[in-house]
Amino acid sequence: MPILSVSGVSRAFGGVQALQDCSLEVAEGSIAGLIGPNGSGKTTLFNVVTGYVRADQGTVRFREKEITGLKPNQVFALGIGRTFQLTRIFERLSVLENMLVATQRREGWLRGLTRSKSSPEEVSTALELLDFVGIAGLAELQAGALSYGQRKLLELAYVLVADPQVILLDEPAGGVNLTLINRIAEKIRALNAQGKTFLIVEHNMEFVMSLCDRVTVMHQGSDLVSGAPEEVRRDPRVLDAYLGGGDDELEEVAGG
Amino acid sequence: MSGSALTYAIIDGVLTGSVYALMATGLTLIFGVMDIINIAQGIFVVLGAYLSYEIQLHWGIDPFVGLLITIPTLFVVGIVVERAFMSRLKGPEKTAMSILVTYAVSLLIEGSLNMIFSVNDVQINAWYVNRSFKLFGVYFAYIYVFGFILAVVLLTALWALLYRTRFGASVRASLADQTAAALIGINVRRVATICFGIGTAVTAAGGMVFGATNAFNASSSYDLISRLLTIIVLGGMGSLGGALVASIGMVMLEDVVGVVWSPVWSTMTFFIVLVIVLSLRPQGLFGKQLARTA
Amino acid sequence: MGHWSRAVWVLGLVALALFPVVVTSPAYVAIGVFTLIYMACASSWNMFSGYTGYIALGSAVSYGVGAYTMALVSIHANMAPGAAMFWLVPLGGLVASLVALPIGAIALRVRRHTFVVITIAIFFVFQLTAINAGFTGSTSGLILPFISWNESYYNVPFYYVALGLVIFATILSALVRRSRFGLQMLAIRDDEDRALGLGVRTTSVKLTGFALAQFTIGMAGALYAMFVGQIFPQFVFDPLFDVSIALMAFLGGLGTLAGPLLGALILESFQQWLTLTFSNSSLYLILFGALFLLVILFMPQGIVVFIRDRVTRRAAREKAAVAAAETTLAGSRA
Ligand SMILES: Nc1ncnc2c1ncn2[C@@H]1O[C@H](COP(=O)(O)OP(=O)(O)OP(=O)(O)O)[C@@H](O)[C@H]1O
Ligand SMILES: [Mg+2]
Repeated sequence: MPILSVSGVSRAFGGVQALQDCSLEVAEGSIAGLIGPNGSGKTTLFNVVTGYVRADQGTVRFREKEITGLKPNQVFALGIGRTFQLTRIFERLSVLENMLVATQRREGWLRGLTRSKSSPEEVSTALELLDFVGIAGLAELQAGALSYGQRKLLELAYVLVADPQVILLDEPAGGVNLTLINRIAEKIRALNAQGKTFLIVEHNMEFVMSLCDRVTVMHQGSDLVSGAPEEVRRDPRVLDAYLGGGDDELEEVAGG
Repeated sequence: MSGSALTYAIIDGVLTGSVYALMATGLTLIFGVMDIINIAQGIFVVLGAYLSYEIQLHWGIDPFVGLLITIPTLFVVGIVVERAFMSRLKGPEKTAMSILVTYAVSLLIEGSLNMIFSVNDVQINAWYVNRSFKLFGVYFAYIYVFGFILAVVLLTALWALLYRTRFGASVRASLADQTAAALIGINVRRVATICFGIGTAVTAAGGMVFGATNAFNASSSYDLISRLLTIIVLGGMGSLGGALVASIGMVMLEDVVGVVWSPVWSTMTFFIVLVIVLSLRPQGLFGKQLARTA
Repeated sequence: MGHWSRAVWVLGLVALALFPVVVTSPAYVAIGVFTLIYMACASSWNMFSGYTGYIALGSAVSYGVGAYTMALVSIHANMAPGAAMFWLVPLGGLVASLVALPIGAIALRVRRHTFVVITIAIFFVFQLTAINAGFTGSTSGLILPFISWNESYYNVPFYYVALGLVIFATILSALVRRSRFGLQMLAIRDDEDRALGLGVRTTSVKLTGFALAQFTIGMAGALYAMFVGQIFPQFVFDPLFDVSIALMAFLGGLGTLAGPLLGALILESFQQWLTLTFSNSSLYLILFGALFLLVILFMPQGIVVFIRDRVTRRAAREKAAVAAAETTLAGSRA
């Protein structure tokens, strides 16, 4: 039984068919990869799963439960966290406060009125996670002052703070230097060992191929091929997709 | 409702509505290009009206001819305000700040106009204000038609500027996406300044017609700005076509309510329609949905 | 909170509490009452608009609703004129909050730029209704039960009730800022969609904050009505009120605790003094506009942030100087 399954999802923006009958399954406890040329619909798929974009057709299931059309906060409350391709943090809050925003998945809004910003446990969990991604020293800094890479780490950390079961990462390695890429990969492996499931969109082939148990290739809004990294790498259709897309990643897929 | 009331509403909607469209276009253009909500647009209209009034009073120049003076004057006023204040607004609270800054500009001008002209109402006078003619069985003063023609001419000119010139292409690029426009080498700052100037300049014409069709003083600006804001929100902020449709539609509706029910409540229709439309379509009639999903 | 800022808060409170004792002239105490009313409103406005970034320009709706609650209830319940009427002040706040719920439910569906405009539109709906409806007394207004306190101390009870409102609004703002609810409002200010995706129920949070902020403003309106004894729709539903309290908050420092209080203190006492001295409202408009523009140009973050930055920068500079001196010293010793 997959923990997350997308079946037959379509979505158009005006004339652009961003998703076209796209299906995907992610097994519990796995690290799944999602690759494909620019504009093939990867981010849109994330948006549909997390409730940011409505699907025209198709369903999304989390365990047994259908979650199509839920609001982002409801999806989050069920235990699906995500990061954004262009990182989104709360720039005028401190790094620690950024973490605290996300600590409670299902707390009622009235409770928020009557309780303080954070309990000591929440603060210590938040600090532990900041430490885990290596930016605990910046906890009191205003988040807007963080560098690009630090923002990526902060976003990763605050998605983790509410302890989601499935984590969707949109290009965690994009625009990040090699040392940091390795560190992020290491964190993902460590979390995976603790039982977290990942779905990762990434253009860095080495990163995807070394990390993922299973890779899905998207092309023009549909899932083209799914399989183990080795199979996907050898599949001629994948090459065609990237060739058609005229993408630089071609060599990486072929040679990688 | 009698047939003539409906005829009146339709004709007035088109005639008066197009003048509002002209003023609202300036406002929505400024918002679209600069993310600035220009509360001072109302007082600029009144300023335009006073200028036309004074030019006619002291130099005996016909208000329509006087536009040759008042339009450039308000263009310069716009440029000065933009350079002095708007260009300094930055950061995440830019739009909010712009509302308050333009409000402050508005208060400054309102206070000055009150001191210069007193708070007694005046109205621009000319033969076309007093004389009427029959149109489909309803009487209209000539000024309504002249004002309509003026608005159409200026809106067409504006349209030509936006869709037929190189500068217009930069403006439209900036309307669509300011960051992208800057990236492809458009000088968004200069485009913004000129747009602010143009957005203000149109109020000279709008103000002249307003001042000839209404008795006004400086505080007429409140009524004007609330209508103009309603119109651009209803049409979808930043949408030029939306401003036109909303202007004409709102004036028609106001006339119908005024005749059928009572003029007292007709102004209120404006706001009630806005509230209803926005509860159904938060982005306005022609607005684009703005939500970041990347 | 540092020692210094705590001292400033205490000093400010003591000064405000002693003001009517020291300055006994009724005219000046009256200025004090108006100033305190605006301080409470600006602080409360900031608690929603400053924290969430949703600039509301229709606060006069709450002010007017509070004022009319006071007027209508005291008139129709045949209340004995006097201190008992103060009990209607919280009622005014409550009614204002209740009225704010449907307004907020509509206005908060739209994004922040549109929100500003829709609050203005809703304001005009209320103003026009109040001017044209019968029960508001139309343009001739309503006269409240006449309170026949001695002229020399008539203003004093109002002064202290108003001060109570200011303290209430300030404490509420501080508590909200410390609560999770406050954190959620700040998150909404920075990135509303992202906050939603992290489990923040943005709609409920905004609506609650909005209604809560109207409570103090409604109370202030009720107090105002009782204080002046006669209200007119065009004065309690005044567009200048809407923008004044927003300007006050910006002037002092949007989103800060002390800023709106300071901004209101400066602007309102200035305006009252000006009207008293010149009785020329046009001059006030000009000065008000000019002052605000100057502040925007020279301290766009508001007075409080401006001062705070100066102080911290100076402290940093001094620290750096000391550190430099120490290294030089160490160097020369070596
Ligand atoms: N909100 C939107 N409005 C209009 N079009 C959109 C929107 N979101 C996505 N699209 C379009 O849908 C298509 C798929 O975009 P998507 O962002 O999902 O691609 P992607 O696979 O994530 O690409 P990349 O690798 O470049 O991030 C693109 O053509 C894009 O322009
Ligand atoms: Mg993408």
